[in-house]
Amino acid sequence: MRKLALSDDILLSIEKPARYIGGEINMIKKDPSMVDIRFCMCFPDVYEIGMSHLGIQILYDMLNLREDLYCERVYSPWIDLDKIMREEKIPLFALESQDPVKEFDFLGITLQYEMCYTNILQILDLAQIPLKAEERTTEDPFVIGGGPCAYNPEPIADFFDLFYIGEGETVYDDLMDAYKSWKCQKTGRQEFLKMAAQIPGIYVPQFYQPEYHEDGTLADFYKLIPEAPDTIIKQVERDMSHTFYPEKPLVPYIKVTQDRVVLEIQRGCIRGCRFCQAGMLYRPIRPRALEFLKQRAKSMLESTGHDEISLSSLSSSDYRELPDLVYWLIDEFHHKGVNISLPSLRIDAFALDVMSKVQDIRKSSLTFAPEAGSQRMRNVINKGLTEEMILKGAKDAFIGGWNRVKLYFMLGLPGETDADIEQIAVLSDKIAREYYEIPREQRNGKVNIVTSTSIFVPKPFTPFQWAPMISKESAEKKRFFLLDQVKKQLNAKSIKYNCHDADVSELEGVFARGDRRLCNVILEAYQNGCFYDAWSEYFQYDKWVQAFAVHGLDIDFYIKRERGEDEKFPWDFIDIGVSKQFLLNEYHQSMKETVTPNCREKCAGCGAAKFGCGVCVEDRSQ
Amino acid sequence: MKARLKFSKTGTMRFIGHLDLMRYFQKAFRRADIAISYSQGYSPHQLMSFASPLGIGLSSDAEYMDLVLEDTEQVSDFITRINVVMNDEITVTDFILLREEARSSMSVLAGCDYCIAVKPGKDSFLCEPARRKEMLEQFLGRESVLVLKKTKRSERMEDIRENIYCLTDSPEAFAAFTGRDCRTLSLEKGGYLPVLYCQLTAGSIVNIKPEQVLKALCEQEKETYDPFAYQIHRMEMYADIHAKKGEIHTLASEIPCSLAALSEFERIDSFQ
Repeated sequence: MRKLALSDDILLSIEKPARYIGGEINMIKKDPSMVDIRFCMCFPDVYEIGMSHLGIQILYDMLNLREDLYCERVYSPWIDLDKIMREEKIPLFALESQDPVKEFDFLGITLQYEMCYTNILQILDLAQIPLKAEERTTEDPFVIGGGPCAYNPEPIADFFDLFYIGEGETVYDDLMDAYKSWKCQKTGRQEFLKMAAQIPGIYVPQFYQPEYHEDGTLADFYKLIPEAPDTIIKQVERDMSHTFYPEKPLVPYIKVTQDRVVLEIQRGCIRGCRFCQAGMLYRPIRPRALEFLKQRAKSMLESTGHDEISLSSLSSSDYRELPDLVYWLIDEFHHKGVNISLPSLRIDAFALDVMSKVQDIRKSSLTFAPEAGSQRMRNVINKGLTEEMILKGAKDAFIGGWNRVKLYFMLGLPGETDADIEQIAVLSDKIAREYYEIPREQRNGKVNIVTSTSIFVPKPFTPFQWAPMISKESAEKKRFFLLDQVKKQLNAKSIKYNCHDADVSELEGVFARGDRRLCNVILEAYQNGCFYDAWSEYFQYDKWVQAFAVHGLDIDFYIKRERGEDEKFPWDFIDIGVSKQFLLNEYHQSMKETVTPNCREKCAGCGAAKFGCGVCVEDRSQ
Repeated sequence: MKARLKFSKTGTMRFIGHLDLMRYFQKAFRRADIAISYSQGYSPHQLMSFASPLGIGLSSDAEYMDLVLEDTEQVSDFITRINVVMNDEITVTDFILLREEARSSMSVLAGCDYCIAVKPGKDSFLCEPARRKEMLEQFLGRESVLVLKKTKRSERMEDIRENIYCLTDSPEAFAAFTGRDCRTLSLEKGGYLPVLYCQLTAGSIVNIKPEQVLKALCEQEKETYDPFAYQIHRMEMYADIHAKKGEIHTLASEIPCSLAALSEFERIDSFQ
């Protein structure tokens, strides 16, 4: 039998023991004693969530191509096992070898959302690794963070030795080579960090010092050693068709959130929605070649046996060869029972044709993300979707037999008025009206509209990084106002309104644009029992409020004020290509309700062109 | 084309539940490019069914699954093709083509063989051979063995004595009773100490779990039942060869002579 870190007694006392046994199909097996570097990749949430993440899968495959390295995985133990591991002092272990994570050379943690920050501390704590980087010794692994939240690493800077700013495909090899040469030198921990700090894209927080004005804003941020760079430049994979992409993804035993093949068709987005962080971080858009995608789709479906493939990107409709790819997938695989899912697809004739071929119309629903109810507000956020497009798409779909629609909106966007919110209800109703316009005999029962709102959270590196976020109280008011408006509509009975928790959004807002002083707040909250904050049933708002109070920090300071145009931001030392000046211009444009054309219509000069790839070097005449 | 698979499920795969095992096989068939027939209708699924779900934690050398193959080209090298794409703790050990009129293994299931072993590092009153002999003699001499049966609606006592076809601590005696070799257990390798062998009624009408027998033994011996101390290992599953539709024999007085392993029941021996 394969070695397991947990005894039968424990595995039989907890929920879903298969979360902890590893051994999944396509798992990489190596002899740990035969490698120079042991790397443990971590997604700080429960197995089913973490296993659904494409980024880790890419890095896992890429790192394991090195013969001198064994990359393994770990996820957050669920509450039940967490308790047992603490009681019995069982060190956190990697799934592949079942060896303790503390014996590894690296622990890489992917940072996908702010509400996982306490789970990072749980991971370190259970792994028996000192929580703060400064307390670690040569016996401990180097803890490295990456992913979207690494673009403002400051609120968790104390817990990490390094951050990798940018896309993982580029400098991991250099970092690993540096590590090997450091290991031979047998010098101190600092020496390796110094070497790492000189690799492009690597940020070593302990080599930098923030200072604050009396009002709490950042006064200065400077490096402490000459080897550290002043700015960290985002790493970009320039050629998406000649790079690492798994051919044999892991196949978990238990059902995970993404129980399917995920094919990333392109990275980046041309749209420039002003609230969207991913849309700015991953500029410029870089499509993968059609042949590359076909080859990977085939090998991944064959090696996993999955019965579904999902095409992943921020806006699939902007992939120019999408019809070629999708019809090829249908021809090759649909008769073998493979379903094709296309999230983030604009509903048009093509989308409806594809959906009618691969999905059960009676069960599937249409999804629109207008994000704002009024056209005025959609101009503010630069969301190019018009009411006409939505109604046309919905009408065509209704005629095609669909009768379920999901709508996504945000509340609390900059400059939002009651009239804008009312339009969310009105638009929902107009869609329902479209349905009842078609002759009764062509309808498929009643129409079912689900309207959801989330609270707008301003994020770093977006044009709204200066904007204030609405308070919890105001969010509450807006929700009730919208609920009332929905009730007033003619088709109120066909519209169901859902909303996102305002407490969680508030903290998300704090951490998104927070500074290094928040490290102690996060540590305090964790020590008082907060973790799994992203899970509403475990989120303890009161303990968070208390933690802020203990450290004399004010939630409102981070979220409620509009930030000054000359204010220094904690994340300013990172260069994502898109310039701060461009973002500020966009902020001004938003206030004028002016739309900026997308990257393919007209270059807006955001700054990402300096990477010399993707849409920035595309021939725009086609 | 109807077919039946026999497979083992051991080691870490003991922690994979029944529904996950089904999904596991669905994907394995796709990886092996073995075409399983799909059901009709709006949510087509592969036509496969298991004889009897194995609880989490139990291991087995004899799980059975029925399936319908799209065509006869799938038949050659089936075992090799499927095992190549599987985890080495789930291994297909037999592949049987069934007659067209064959009933599902779930519906003909009548009995199961189990081995009960004490796990490494655990202690049990069953470890002492002399005491074991004595308690088994007393147990088998009883007129009735009452166990508490809990259903969603009620709790009642049930007599399972007649559903225990065989219960012994001797592998030789068990082999003589079943006519099968019981020494090739995959669990013998891991430091487990086999203490009991039993054949019990199984199936949709009456299904006796080996845990119930263990609990009854504990009760008789006034010992507390420690569920973590024992590894229960399924060794074989049987059909009742005399059963007519809907009537399966469930009592010791009727059964032992009419059981056939599921791998030997309604099979086609040669295929043209």
